[in-house]
Parts: sequence; structure tokens; C-alpha cells
Amino acid sequence: MSGTPTTVTMRSSTSATRRAPLLAAYAWLVFAFIYLPIIVLIVYSFNRDGVGGFPPRHLTLDWYRQLFGDGAIWTSVLNSLIVAACSVALSLTLGLLAALALDRASFPGKSLFRRLVLLPLILPGIITGLSLLMFAVYAGAHLSLVTVFLGHGTALISVTTTELFAGLQKMDRAQEEASLDLGATPLQTFWRVTLPNLKLSLIAAGLLIFTLSMDEIAVTFFLIGRDNTLPLEIWGRLRRGITPEINAISTLIFAASVILIVIWFQLRTRAQRKAH
Amino acid sequence: MYSRAYKSLVSLPPLLWVGLFLLLPYALMLAHSFWVVRDGFIVHHWNLQNYRTLATNPVYVQVLLRSMSIAASVTLCSLLLGYPLAYYLSFHAGARKEILYQLVIVPLWVSYLVRGYAWKTILGSDGVLNEFLQYLHLTNAPVGFLLYSPFAVILMLTHIYTPFVFLPIYAALEHIPRPAVEASQDLGASPLKTFLRVILPLSLPGLLAGATFAFVLSLGDFLAPLLVGGASGTMIANVVQSLFGAAYDWPLGAAISVCILLITVTLLFLTERLEKRWSFR
Amino acid sequence: MSLGSAIPQPLEEERAARPLLEVRAVAKRFGNHEVLKGISLTIAAGEFITLLGESGSGKTTMLRLIAGFEQPSSGEIWMNGSRLDTLPPYKRRVNTVFQQYALFPHLNVRDNVAYGLRVTNTPSNEIDTRVTDALRMVKMESFTSAQPATLSGGQQQRVALARALVNRPLLLLLDEPLSALDANLRKEMQSELKSLQREVGITFLFVTHDQDEAMALSDRIALLRNGALEQVASPREIYSHPATAYTAQFIGQANLLRAEVRGGVATCGALGWPTAVSDGAAVFSLRPEAIRLADAVANSVTDTPAAEVRFSAVVKQQLYGGASELLEIDCGGQTLRVKIPPRGPSSGKQDFSFFAHDAVPVSE
Repeated sequence: MSGTPTTVTMRSSTSATRRAPLLAAYAWLVFAFIYLPIIVLIVYSFNRDGVGGFPPRHLTLDWYRQLFGDGAIWTSVLNSLIVAACSVALSLTLGLLAALALDRASFPGKSLFRRLVLLPLILPGIITGLSLLMFAVYAGAHLSLVTVFLGHGTALISVTTTELFAGLQKMDRAQEEASLDLGATPLQTFWRVTLPNLKLSLIAAGLLIFTLSMDEIAVTFFLIGRDNTLPLEIWGRLRRGITPEINAISTLIFAASVILIVIWFQLRTRAQRKAH
Repeated sequence: MYSRAYKSLVSLPPLLWVGLFLLLPYALMLAHSFWVVRDGFIVHHWNLQNYRTLATNPVYVQVLLRSMSIAASVTLCSLLLGYPLAYYLSFHAGARKEILYQLVIVPLWVSYLVRGYAWKTILGSDGVLNEFLQYLHLTNAPVGFLLYSPFAVILMLTHIYTPFVFLPIYAALEHIPRPAVEASQDLGASPLKTFLRVILPLSLPGLLAGATFAFVLSLGDFLAPLLVGGASGTMIANVVQSLFGAAYDWPLGAAISVCILLITVTLLFLTERLEKRWSFR
Repeated sequence: MSLGSAIPQPLEEERAARPLLEVRAVAKRFGNHEVLKGISLTIAAGEFITLLGESGSGKTTMLRLIAGFEQPSSGEIWMNGSRLDTLPPYKRRVNTVFQQYALFPHLNVRDNVAYGLRVTNTPSNEIDTRVTDALRMVKMESFTSAQPATLSGGQQQRVALARALVNRPLLLLLDEPLSALDANLRKEMQSELKSLQREVGITFLFVTHDQDEAMALSDRIALLRNGALEQVASPREIYSHPATAYTAQFIGQANLLRAEVRGGVATCGALGWPTAVSDGAAVFSLRPEAIRLADAVANSVTDTPAAEVRFSAVVKQQLYGGASELLEIDCGGQTLRVKIPPRGPSSGKQDFSFFAHDAVPVSE
């Protein structure tokens, strides 16, 4: 067979990867540290005798049965889903516009805008949460799921912006020029050319925002009204006393997260491959 | 290529929104830090009293210092765990790199609360760990300091932030041109020397980014102390929380928040500066 | 010489008697793919030898085996009488100039060049002298504090060269170092590299896919094809006496004549010439410049009497090249390439000739 793929030269030292047994062992220890608590959590969701104790002796699905009958939890799940969906919509819209603005327009305060939009992700949630709370109070707004989703959507704008900005930079500018050259208006070009190119980035960003919103506690803590989101419902339960039912819902959350992240990862790698 | 109308259309909405819903709230927070509370009402009388209180009142100073020490411990431990992991994945994992990377990311997506709760159940006196140790006859009675202590807070936050710290370090390590690593060995440097002289310096921006992130977020964390911290594990954010709640002193709470914000912004600024100086693309 | 002990240019016989590097039946497999098939090669001290081949021929793999970044699947590599392939790269007295230069982005030029000396604990005053001399040798002495990112490709390449040479390696490996440079800069660097090698006396093992480059620079060329050595010889030898059809076509241009030999005469289409090859099918390589216009022969200085083969052909294409012209001619259905000095538009039927000894028999 003639013609080695040129990747032979790029394989560098990986084929001669030195065995580093100590480092490997350490790395696996770190993995164990990261995963063990979660595994313990999952195992004990099946434990009849409660959250503690060792070893777990009697396995049962009772806690899951109890969970499925627990109306308050599922109401909060619904609330979380609604909030998350609205946050996604808000964040994607504003984030898309912001990404376009950063990519194509120059305006005073551009770098300030960039940093400002990143702040909610870098600052501890309590600061953003309290700031928004004060703003809500001064604006005379009632705390409710609406305030929550406005908070989430605003805080998560930069997630979209970062993702889409990268996507825009990678996009072949000539495609838009070709579209205009062929007679399409800027709006048509945006709809038919720009947006499809960003499709994967948009979905990936949307998934990420969805997950972050579903899990958000710190900001939500201060903006919540009477209706609870899932994390706050769990939080309330924790104050009252812990039961393996909480393990059960946690396990389900874990499972859902894993599915989401696998999907997200597939999308991301596909988006990256497409750009090449 | 883009008309002024286009550019205005895309810039104005986000600018206005962010101005209204981010800039204004943060500014409001900043403003409050200069006001005071009198007779249960917030008085818009500009002064520095809150900051003076923070600097002098031993209660606040102590909590702030404890918080910073906890945050520093979390950062250090996360680095000690996250860096070698990232290094292993980047340089030694070969074909399994991608899958292992996903495995590290997964916990990031699992609810913060879930993970915190897991530690709560593990560390308690009837918790899994204590029972496990007694089961193995390593201890006779529950170990007390595991839960409701700064130790527990550090442990939980390290668990949360190790993947966070891993990400930028891994990205930086992946960016290091492999030929440069080979060149170092070619020129006579052993693997250890190569690491110290080439890999570590080039990964520093990522390391700093991760460390800053972990430090700042740990510093301002209020949930971990509530879950596993107990009385001795209270952190500065809990103080803020109560000032906005039962203790009703919004201005003071705002002042603490501004301090945290200043620490954050300063660290970020320094990191960015260093990143620019050391970014050699 | 400022770079230290410079070995004066050895004579051919001396070279053969003083092997620096011995590659003994080295093979390399990646999974199921055999990239190098049992290569044996001896490199003499002080020579400039080029590993030439297409991409995928295994030349870069060979280089990396000698540098120490890969291990041979079988076979051994010896240097100066001791085993080399069992040593890690940082213990070999071999240095590499990488294709993309691989300068350390976080160190300036001076620190890059000093790196190898620093990690081997050379005393610092000696480091300063050697670094300065090395940079002067590659004409980069005014760039000591520059950051690599600010340098052009050619400048980075010089720094990479200095960084390798300052360590006084026994063998310098160069992995297609000029391929990223534009044509003019390339020619300039080729000339500089050659004189540098002569001045310094260090053995150079140069890898390239560019046969012009190989011929211009090397004392010897090792032509690699699909992981095996096709021919190892000096440029002149390899050009005038290619061993195989592949070599004939890879290095320079060649007309391949597939002929039938009977009784000392080779026949190919309308052409026939005397040859010493035994009867049967044979392939001959005839260089385009060996064919000339018949009327030009009359004006040339008479050679020692040699069998001259004349034939007619129709000029189909004329490609002007400045210093020469390339004609594509049709001789009885067979297309040949002819290289002649430029003489204005030619067309139609012309008479050509070549000397029989210029038709070199090659194996397929």
C-alpha cells in the first residue's frame, strides 16, 4: 500500500508515549474523587435504610415510587423547564445580536460591553442575584418565575455570545458576499446563509443555557417568588430533613445531565469539524 | 459590507438590555455601598462608613480572612488535582483523550446541589464515610470534623471546582506545540526539565485563568457553607446573605459585595495582563 | 572556527573509513502499516547527506528514529561504535532543526539558542560566548532579545539552526527546513546552509522532497521510496546513472524507452541504438537534454567517436523556459521530451539525435 497518510508525521511522540504509571495512577485517583460521591449518591437512592450507613443492604425502588408520587417536585420541575425554555429564548436572541454586533459593528464601549456581559459568569452568583433583586425592588416588580427567567436569560447572554462569536469568526465571509452578489437582501442573506451556518453553534449554546438554567441556584435564590424551581424545591427539602427520595431525584438529574452533555459534545465536535 | 442600519439593529437591543438589566443593577449595588441604614430605612447619604466598618470590625475581618483562606485552599487543592489530570490527558492519554475529556466534563453539568448534597450524606456522623471507616474497623466512633466544618466546605468546593480548573489548563496544554516539546528533549532536557522549562511556563495562562475562577467563585460561595459548613464554616457570602435578609443592612451587604467584586476584577485584570504578556501566538 | 572543533572536509576514502552513524536493517511499523522496510545506511562523519523522497516515503520517520522520537520496530542504530536507538532523545548527541522551527514561544532568541547549553549545565560565561558566536554564524546577532513571534520565517529558521548547532552535535538532522520559505529565500538559504556545513564540518542529515535541493546541497543522496532505499549515491552519479526507472524520473526528467534488445541492438518504436545489455525486454532512461537537434550536432565540438542515433520526429509542443526550451516531439507514436537551448519557434518535422551511451539501462 503506497502513500502513508501525512498524519504519520504529526503523530509526534504519542506512539512513543512514555509509560508514566505514577501519573496515570494519580489521574485515576482524581477521577475517582470526582465520581465517587455521585456513585455513592446513586447507590443510596436504592437503599431502603436511608442515606447513611454502610454497606447499603436492602435495595428497593421505593424511593423512586415516592418520588413519582411527589406532586410538589414535579411542579417545580415544570417550573424549571418553563424558566429554562424562556431563558434559552431570551439568551439566544440577545446573544445572537450581541455576537453579530461584536463581529461586525464597531461602537464605543465595545470592550466594556464584552466584559460586562461576562461578569455574571465570573462573579459569585450572590452578587448578581442581589444586584438584580435590588433592581427588581426599586422597579417595583413582584418576585416570581418571570423575574427568575429574566435573571437567568440576562446572566447567560455571554454563553451564547461566546459560542456564536467563535462560530461567526470561523464562518466563510465570502458566502454572505456571494449571497448579496446573487441578489439577496441582507435580511434574506441572514436567514438563508448566516443562520444555517450558525445552526450547530446555536443548538450547542441553547443546550448549555438550558442546563445552566435548570441547575441555577445562587441567582434564583434571590429572585424567586412563591413558585419554586427544582433546585430550590430540593433546597427547601434539605432544610427539613434528608431522605433517599432526594437521592432518587438527584440520580435522575444526573442521568439527564449525562444525556444532555453527550448530545452537546457531539454537536460541538460536529460544528468544529464542519468549520474545517 | 454591513449597512449602518444593520449594525444599529444588531447592536442596540443587546446594548440597551445589558445596560438596563446588568449595568444598572450592578451600579445600584455599588451605590448602596455608599449609603447607610437608619431606623430601618435606607438613607441615600453618601459616605464611606460601611467600608470603614468592614476594615475595622473584627467580626467581619475575621470572616473575610477565613473566607479567603478557604478559597485559597480550594484553589490550591483544585490545582493539585486538576493540573496533573489535565497533563495526563493531554500528553499521555493518546487515543482515549476525547472520551476521558468528556468524562471530566460530565460532573460539571451535574447539579451543584446534587454534588453538595452527596458530600453532605457522605460526611455526616451517620454518613457513608464514617460508617465505612467503622466497617473497616479503622475507627471506633464517628469522626466529628468531617461535616459542619471548614474542612467540609473546602472538600466540597474542591470537588466542584476541580473540573473548572481542569478546563483552561487542558486547553492551554493542548495548545502547546508538540514540536517545541520534542525540541526541548532534542536539545538535551530530560522530561522533568522539559516540563519545568517549557510546558509549565506555556500552560501558565490557563493555570491562572482556572485558579482565578476557582478562587473568586469559592470566595463568594454561600451555598456550600449552608450545606456542610455549620457554624465554624460560615463564609463572607453568608454574612452578605443575612445582611440582605434578617439582619437588614443592605448598604453594608452591598459594601461587602463590592469588595468581592473588586477582588474579582483585580484578579481578572492581573490575569489578563499576564496572559497578554505570556501569550506568544 | 568559533563553533568549536571543526573537522576539515574529509576525502572520499577517509569518509568511508570513518562511519559516524550506522542504520542496521531498521524497520518501522505503525499498526499494520510498514513505513520503513529494513533500511541499512552508513553515514560518514562530515558529510552532507540527503534523504530524498515523496511524502509517505518514510524519510521523516527515519529522521525521527535517529533523533529518538520513535523506536525502531526492528533493527538497530549505532553511532560511533555504540548503540544509539536505546538512548532517549535528550541523551543523544544529535540535534534537530524542525520543519516548523519549533522555537520556544516564551523565550527570546538568545534564550532559545542557549537552551541546550543551559539544560546541560554549561558554565554561563561559556554559554554567552557560544551563543553569540552561533548567532553571528547565522547572521542573527542583532536579534538577541527578539521574540520568535516577531521574526519572519527565514529568521526563525536561522535561529532554529543556531539553537541546534550551538550544542556541537555529532549529527545535525534537518527536517525539510526550507519548505516553508518562498523560492528566492530558499535558494539563498540553500547556499548558506551548504557553506555553513563546510565551515563547521558537522555531519548534516537533510530531509527533503525537492530533488533540485537535494542535488544542489548533498555529498550523497539516499532516495527513499515506499520505505525502502531506491539508490544511494552522489548527485552526479545518481543523475547520470539512475539505477531504476523511478529514480530516473524522480530526479530530473527522463524519457523512459521500453525497448526490445536483440543482438546488441535496442529497438523502441522507430528508434534503435547499440547497447551492451543482454537480449530481452529492457528499459532505458534518456534525459531530455541528451537529445539535440540534428543540425546542431554539426556545430558542436566533436566527441570521441560515439554511436550517434539520428531520427526524425514532429514537434508537437514547445514550452519556452528562458534559459532553455522543452520540446514535446512525436516519434512514430511515441512522445519524447527534448531540452534544447532556445532558438525561436519550431514546428513540423525535425531531425534529432542522441548518443547511444546516453540511453542508460534502468531496472523497472
